[in-house]
Amino acid sequence: MRALLARDLMLAIRAGGGFGLGLAFFLIVTVLVPFGVGPQTDLLSRIAPGILWIGALLACLLSLDRILALDWEDGSLDLLATAPLPMEGIVSVKALAHWITTGLPLVLAAPVLGVLLSLPLPAYQWVVISLAVGTPALSVIGTFGAALTVGIKRGGLLMSLLVLPLYVPTLIFGAEVARRGAEGLTVQAPLLLLAGISFGVIALLPFASAAVLRINLR
Amino acid sequence: MVLTVRDLAVTRGGLAILEGVSFELNAGEALVLRGPNGVGKTTLLRSIAGLQPPEIGTVTGAEDQIAYAAHSDGLKAMLSVTENLTFWASVFGLSDIEHAIEAFDLADLRNRMAGTLSAGQKRRLGLARLMVTGRPIWVLDEPTVSLDVASVALFADAVRGHLHNGGSALMATHIDLGLAEARVLDLTPFKAAPRTRQMDEAFL
Repeated sequence: MRALLARDLMLAIRAGGGFGLGLAFFLIVTVLVPFGVGPQTDLLSRIAPGILWIGALLACLLSLDRILALDWEDGSLDLLATAPLPMEGIVSVKALAHWITTGLPLVLAAPVLGVLLSLPLPAYQWVVISLAVGTPALSVIGTFGAALTVGIKRGGLLMSLLVLPLYVPTLIFGAEVARRGAEGLTVQAPLLLLAGISFGVIALLPFASAAVLRINLR
Repeated sequence: MVLTVRDLAVTRGGLAILEGVSFELNAGEALVLRGPNGVGKTTLLRSIAGLQPPEIGTVTGAEDQIAYAAHSDGLKAMLSVTENLTFWASVFGLSDIEHAIEAFDLADLRNRMAGTLSAGQKRRLGLARLMVTGRPIWVLDEPTVSLDVASVALFADAVRGHLHNGGSALMATHIDLGLAEARVLDLTPFKAAPRTRQMDEAFL
């Protein structure tokens, strides 16, 4: 499994691997929003946590169809399925690789890009914490969506439609943590719920992803 | 015997295509499947490799014993020949890839990206993957596609070496590999009678 993770990470940073794709999209969103909103700093700083969360979510969504589709196209997925790795392990490693190449850079970039949105000072740590807790859920749910649509030619649209509603709870609680943090309120309840969602999907969804992948490989 | 297939029926796209297929494969033995296009060679091999469940019948001895090679080689274009082989070796818990590189004459291509190889070279790399898995049963679907005569000979030697070491091979191929000891199984007599199947399975 470590070999699979190492290979996925190596592929991601080699040419055409799409490592910077999500990050570049995130950058574009956060750079463009202040232009769209206009010179109203207090409005901007009020919506900044939400914008950062939506940007991160869409950036994640953008790179989802690469998780399994590339391995499906070149036949690696069939071969991995006959390898001694459990399918649940394969999809978990794929989700982890996606998080390391997409989610983690977003978490690290968020405080830097928060400056562009004049994010209030107390909000920085909560944006980073909420993204760090929430983005693993985005990757795991996204892997489930990718597994559902793996055999479908250009299944990106279908996958987005399937995955978006599943992303909504993570977005609500993640953005709520960041907003309450920005206003200096207590963040305990939404943060616990966000963590609950993350741990829940990490524990359960790999089994669902593995099951649909087995059916899709037939 | 290593692999026993009993009364196997397989479907493709919801249609039964083969039924009543039975054979045995012993250690050191090669079995060549033949039959016209569409008779179900690929589907049968996928069922034996465990990628799709058989409709009826049983496959015994296949669990964690099979190295499967299909039409596509599962190579990553942006990884070198060595990296591709090392990856597959470590997935199967092994690390030695030198014998495979030697057997398929890949030494000169070692550091080339797999994406820059020709079709035949890619195929040779894909087949070399079988040797690094350490699995005893090779299940091969059209292994000689895009190989030239010399490479086919290399491949036949590799299969012969594998059989000699107590492995076995099950392959679907149209061309003569020069493996005198290989048994041939023609799948035409096992063609399923046309009938439609209940399609509710997909919704369960």
